[in-house]
Amino acid sequence: MATRETIILDQPAITRALTRIAHEILESNRGTEGVVLIGIRTGGDHLALALQQRIKDIEGVTVPLGIVDITMYRDDLASRGSLPVGKTEIPFALDDKALVLVDDVLYTGRTIRAAMDAVMDLGRPRTIQLAVLIDRGHRELPIRPDYVGRNVPTAHNEQIVVAFDQANHPVEVRLIKP
Amino acid sequence: MKTLIKNGRVLDPAHQIDANLDVLAVDGKIAQIAAGIELPDAETIDAGGLLVVPGLIDIHVHLRDPGYEYKEDIVSGTRAAAAGGFAAVACMPNTNPINDNKAVTTYIRQKAAAEGQVRVYPVGSITKGLKGESLAEFGDLQAAGCVAVSDDGRPVTSGEIMRRALEYARSFQLPVISHAEDLSLVGDGVMNEGFVATQLGLRGIPWVAEDAAVARDVLLAEFTGARLHIAHVSTRGAVEIIRAAQRRGVPVTAETAPHYFTLTDEAVRGYDTHAKMNPPLRGAADVQAIRDGLADGTLSVIATDHAPHHVDEKNVEFNLALNGIVGLETALPLTLRLVEEGVLTLTEAIARLTIGPARALGLPGGTLEVGRAADITLVDPTCKWTLDPARLLSRSKNTPFGGWQLKGAAALTMVDGRVVYQR
Amino acid sequence: MVFRHKHILGIEQFTREEIHFILDTAESFKEINSRQIKKVPTLRGKTIINVFFEASTRTRTSFEVAAKRLSADTYNISASTSALVKGETLEDTAKNLEAMKPDIIVMRHNASGAPHYLADRCDFSVLNAGDGAHEHPSQALLDLMTMRQHKGRIEGLKVAIIGDITHSRVARSNLLALQKCGAEVRLCGPGTLLPTGVEQWGVPVFHRIEDAIDQADVVMMLRIQQERQGKTLLPSLREYAMYYGLNRSKLSLAREDAIVMHPGPMNRGVEISSEVADGPQNVILEQVENGVAVRMALLYLVSGGEQLEV
Repeated sequence: MATRETIILDQPAITRALTRIAHEILESNRGTEGVVLIGIRTGGDHLALALQQRIKDIEGVTVPLGIVDITMYRDDLASRGSLPVGKTEIPFALDDKALVLVDDVLYTGRTIRAAMDAVMDLGRPRTIQLAVLIDRGHRELPIRPDYVGRNVPTAHNEQIVVAFDQANHPVEVRLIKP
Repeated sequence: MKTLIKNGRVLDPAHQIDANLDVLAVDGKIAQIAAGIELPDAETIDAGGLLVVPGLIDIHVHLRDPGYEYKEDIVSGTRAAAAGGFAAVACMPNTNPINDNKAVTTYIRQKAAAEGQVRVYPVGSITKGLKGESLAEFGDLQAAGCVAVSDDGRPVTSGEIMRRALEYARSFQLPVISHAEDLSLVGDGVMNEGFVATQLGLRGIPWVAEDAAVARDVLLAEFTGARLHIAHVSTRGAVEIIRAAQRRGVPVTAETAPHYFTLTDEAVRGYDTHAKMNPPLRGAADVQAIRDGLADGTLSVIATDHAPHHVDEKNVEFNLALNGIVGLETALPLTLRLVEEGVLTLTEAIARLTIGPARALGLPGGTLEVGRAADITLVDPTCKWTLDPARLLSRSKNTPFGGWQLKGAAALTMVDGRVVYQR
Repeated sequence: MVFRHKHILGIEQFTREEIHFILDTAESFKEINSRQIKKVPTLRGKTIINVFFEASTRTRTSFEVAAKRLSADTYNISASTSALVKGETLEDTAKNLEAMKPDIIVMRHNASGAPHYLADRCDFSVLNAGDGAHEHPSQALLDLMTMRQHKGRIEGLKVAIIGDITHSRVARSNLLALQKCGAEVRLCGPGTLLPTGVEQWGVPVFHRIEDAIDQADVVMMLRIQQERQGKTLLPSLREYAMYYGLNRSKLSLAREDAIVMHPGPMNRGVEISSEVADGPQNVILEQVENGVAVRMALLYLVSGGEQLEV
């Protein structure tokens, strides 16, 4: 069956969205004090790196960046099988930090639930905030993003793909209809 | 009572007969073997497309009776024998009580006569209680009906005792059957020693444990001049030792079992306890040597070593499983495979199951002769069937050949002119 | 890659890719062991029973720690303390275990093939924690993980395995794993401790430890067990130590950066001298540490639901 793809964000649009999110993070946290970025594998980690760069461009400060792999915290082991487990790399303490979780697409909220469990096993952040490039709706848990690049209403059978280039820079966001 | 077997291909290796002949049995004896016998008042069996051969003889069977009737008894065991085409079996003495005295021999003979389907020849023990210490009463055993003596299941460890057994047996013209195994070399081995055992992490039984024991017993037979028969030969070395001894005139015969010319120790992979037997399944070179030994007559006997065991005795860890498999109902098709594969001629194959075993233990039968008992087996050499262990007539179902496609089967088994099995 | 094994019975069942995949997974789990809170919810609600028919505090504890760090519920049954296995047939033990509805049975048994017996007859996953002289897959995997950490690779490593090759499941599993991953394995031991057909593994076999160790990247010493080797296989431990024990001067024949491994527990002064056991090339405690990570990976990987093959 043929599928239809629409580009909903191109590279300049992504860049603008990330720059805006960076500003919003700084504004709501009143600067970089205590702010740490945690990207969710895989996709969120690349976006978190881009956000770190934006924040440095704006404030001249490199905020700590970590990566969380949520495979060990998934709730669908029996139905989806033993997916490869990636490494969690958070080489700093999380206690009393303003932790910003970064993911590419927010959907059911289950990934974010797992990510929150994962980071809370590692420490006790002061706040956890959520930044996503795309919010496509259909939440199954009471989770709400603090920073959103673009809200995209979708149907269940559609797919959102965030494409990255070889250097892991975001290139475009595609909506794929069945 | 007259029975006429018509239109069959009569194959009697002892008399080099291979021709389309009719066989007439009258009152349990063979009355006539000729072409075109017509006798309207005789019960007629059409043997068209079948082989008419002397009743098969298996000289190595464990009927487990008395004592282990949960594995097999004389009734079930002889029924399985009849289904396999065997008109006579020799049963080993490792029962409970052990057949080391005439009371047990008499029990076996009487029960077999009353309830058995085929002839049963008891084999008495060499030593009292199979302990390897002192000789059983060979004269008494023979008088009660034993046709040979053996401590089968275990070797006679002492060279001295084996020497005296051979000397004493010679006085009664009683063959001694040797279970040839050097237990000190066997140790706690559970399968053939070789690369497969090494890969599976199972303790090995080296071929030299068999060869060394065969060599000792063959030399003792040579030394004493007594009749020796080597049971269940499984190694290349044993075949060579026996062949050389026969060439220099030592009165030794030998048997092998179908599994030793059919399977290798590869069958143990997966820890299949149905591939556990003693001696163990050996390597490919041994299997080839066994086949060569059968072809040149060094091994003149195919015997099954039919060893029934309860499922609980096999459904355990490999090293705890008991040794042995049932064989009566698979020996004939497995032997016919050797014909198919060009190892034996059809005549040779039948000889290894008839006249070979009869001569090894000095038994009557094994040939078709006018005036002798009408023990006759009709063989369908072409029928194809799949072995379902559940359908074996033996009380035990421990066979590694479950699911095998087999070719050839007994169509009818006759003992003393009486049909004891019909397919 | 999707891991499709329901049971872990031996290294025999794995491809090279699968071995590296397991090691990669173990690397990811290893991080948990250095956290303050050493627990993740991955196997929450899973029931794991350690059934040890042979005493082994080390392996059993390692599996138990691994399972608990993954939040599984673990229970231990050992032959010496339990009526479940005392004098009972393996068949009945299997039926009883099955009735408890475990997800995974970790089994140590003195009979080669016992875990295969269980795997053939039961619904749960079976992890072989050592069967007779056959295999000990988790040990080999933790050994390879340790080698990979130190040398950055497995392929092309010269690995000398020295001692009782005949009775060692550690040697078998390591040999298979190392061969699959392209290492150059050498076996060494006295003639009485080298199994029949050993040459058919296609690796060089040495009778002199000096020849086996020459330029080796890894020297793996096997445990000598007097109760296993008995009286007939070795005249004395003293002579064994003299000819096959690893000391500093023999170790100097290996590459300068060679590592020394031992599955434990060590017999100091027999297969390994104290100066080597306490020396800088020894990685034995790292093996123990990696053991927990490897076992976490194995427990996780066999828990992946319905689509598993054997």
